[in-house]
Amino acid sequence: MTRAYWLLQRLTQLLPVLLGISVICFALLQMIPGDPARIILGSRASPEAVAAMRDRLGLDQPALQQYLTYMSKVIRGDFGESISYKVPVSKLILEHAPVTGSLAVYVIALAVPIALILGMLAARYRGTWVDHLIRMLSVLGMTMPVFWLAILMLRLFSIDLGWFPVSGYGQGFLGHLHHLFLPAVSISIWMIPVLVRNLRASIVQQSVADYVLAGRAKGLTERHIFTHHILKNASLPTLNLFGVLVAYLIGGTVIVELVYALPGLGLLMFNAILGRDYPIIQGLTLFYALATVVITLVTDILSGLIDPRVKA
Amino acid sequence: MSEQVIEMTSRPGVQADELPLNLKIGMAVVIAWVLLAVLAPWVTPADPNALDLDNVLQPPGAAGLMGTDQVGRDVFTRVVFAARIDLWIGFAGVVLPLLIGVTAGLFSGYFGGAADALLMRVVDITLAFPFFVLVLAIVAALGPGVGNLIIALALVGWVSYARLVRAEVMVIRNAEYIQAVRTLGFNRFYILFRHVMPNAMAPVIVYAMTDMLLVILAGAGLGFIGLGVQPPTAEWGAMIADGQPYIEEAWWISLFPGLAAISFGIGLSLIGDGLARMLRVSN
Repeated sequence: MTRAYWLLQRLTQLLPVLLGISVICFALLQMIPGDPARIILGSRASPEAVAAMRDRLGLDQPALQQYLTYMSKVIRGDFGESISYKVPVSKLILEHAPVTGSLAVYVIALAVPIALILGMLAARYRGTWVDHLIRMLSVLGMTMPVFWLAILMLRLFSIDLGWFPVSGYGQGFLGHLHHLFLPAVSISIWMIPVLVRNLRASIVQQSVADYVLAGRAKGLTERHIFTHHILKNASLPTLNLFGVLVAYLIGGTVIVELVYALPGLGLLMFNAILGRDYPIIQGLTLFYALATVVITLVTDILSGLIDPRVKA
Repeated sequence: MSEQVIEMTSRPGVQADELPLNLKIGMAVVIAWVLLAVLAPWVTPADPNALDLDNVLQPPGAAGLMGTDQVGRDVFTRVVFAARIDLWIGFAGVVLPLLIGVTAGLFSGYFGGAADALLMRVVDITLAFPFFVLVLAIVAALGPGVGNLIIALALVGWVSYARLVRAEVMVIRNAEYIQAVRTLGFNRFYILFRHVMPNAMAPVIVYAMTDMLLVILAGAGLGFIGLGVQPPTAEWGAMIADGQPYIEEAWWISLFPGLAAISFGIGLSLIGDGLARMLRVSN
């Protein structure tokens, strides 16, 4: 099986997933109990206004017809129009996405190097106090509600010590770096433990593999075996996990953006929920799912490039 | 892997002194929280929703173990009463998806065919959404409240159990002991529930502990946003949100509900690790 064929196969597998994603996002509007038009406009709206809104949302057509209309619009990049902002949802998403994207990249830049070091330490000194300490900190990191940590860090580092701004996104690259630091740390503290656990487990698993014994018999140094063989093999499961983690990372950004008042997709989502702006909720959910699919695809392709066995 | 599970389940009950230490500590923490939640009216000094405008924003100490909030309610009392909601979300938000997912995974993995192919597509599609975002969107559509939150958790959460069980069943269905009962002519549903299911459950139980931690954090997250339990009912996430505007002068309103969630989460995590070791499942 050639690499190109494998890639093509992987892409065709995506089609039903993309179709299903669109069905679920469409169904969100159908799930609203009662008349969505009435809920959006409130109980004091006139029957004419409600009828106009029903017409605008296409609610009077049969469900299948509504879905086909929705689908054909989505394919053309039309995610609908926001009710409160009166602009296309896709425009709002593109405006807010850079903040969330920078935050996600920041989290990865912080979390991955630290997780690598801690995971290697825990595996290298397993069973000793180093391993136990890392494990205890990991449990603590995973059980902390991310918004709770965000609020406490805000109080300690921004209000008491004045090291970081209380809210906002800042100006220029350095300003963004400064403003996004605490939000990124809040999410990293949750994400590092998951990565550390998995990396440690795969290093431990790899260190008893036959090729390690072969390396020793050949007279390689322990250091060489570790860096050139164990670490390479152990990084693959962690890379695959990373794709899954990014999905959780995106979920984490929603709530952290709220605490730090960052003008990203999470804050857009929150305001849309408050204002019952269903087209935004629907469009954002679709966007989040598409982003996750793309990231998972990229991690899959990367592991395919790194490890020839993945294709088999 | 399957042989080890067989060995475990065929043992006539595990003695208490054989339980891993972390399992024992974890169970103690979780049982303590369950007791606190059940006995809440008898172990707390006040009414969780009683306003006392003469005693607002009092620090921990004379005015109560954990101080009072912006309308004079006792924070300790509310943290304990909140456990009733958060533990219920954790319980229902795991048991419902588990029941649906295990049933789907058992049939899908054992019988295969078109239904299995369809189920796996549904699993792939649901897992394409970030968990928290999909739960959030469904609750936003259905409307706020604990009932709708649990419905959303069930709709999204069952797929992980289905995938886990299906993978186990696909190994177990070819095991010799299953071929043996099949040769003996037992009904296939009897085989599925009496022989396949018990052997497929170990990873499910271990995963359920990790999942409960995730579910409680997601539930508290929705409570924090205001989509969970509605005021004035106490819930850890909603209490943390209550304290946010007062974080400068009254840190205790947000601090203690978070510590409560952490302590319960540590208990669950310890149980998960302990069970993983006992049942020899990789966590």
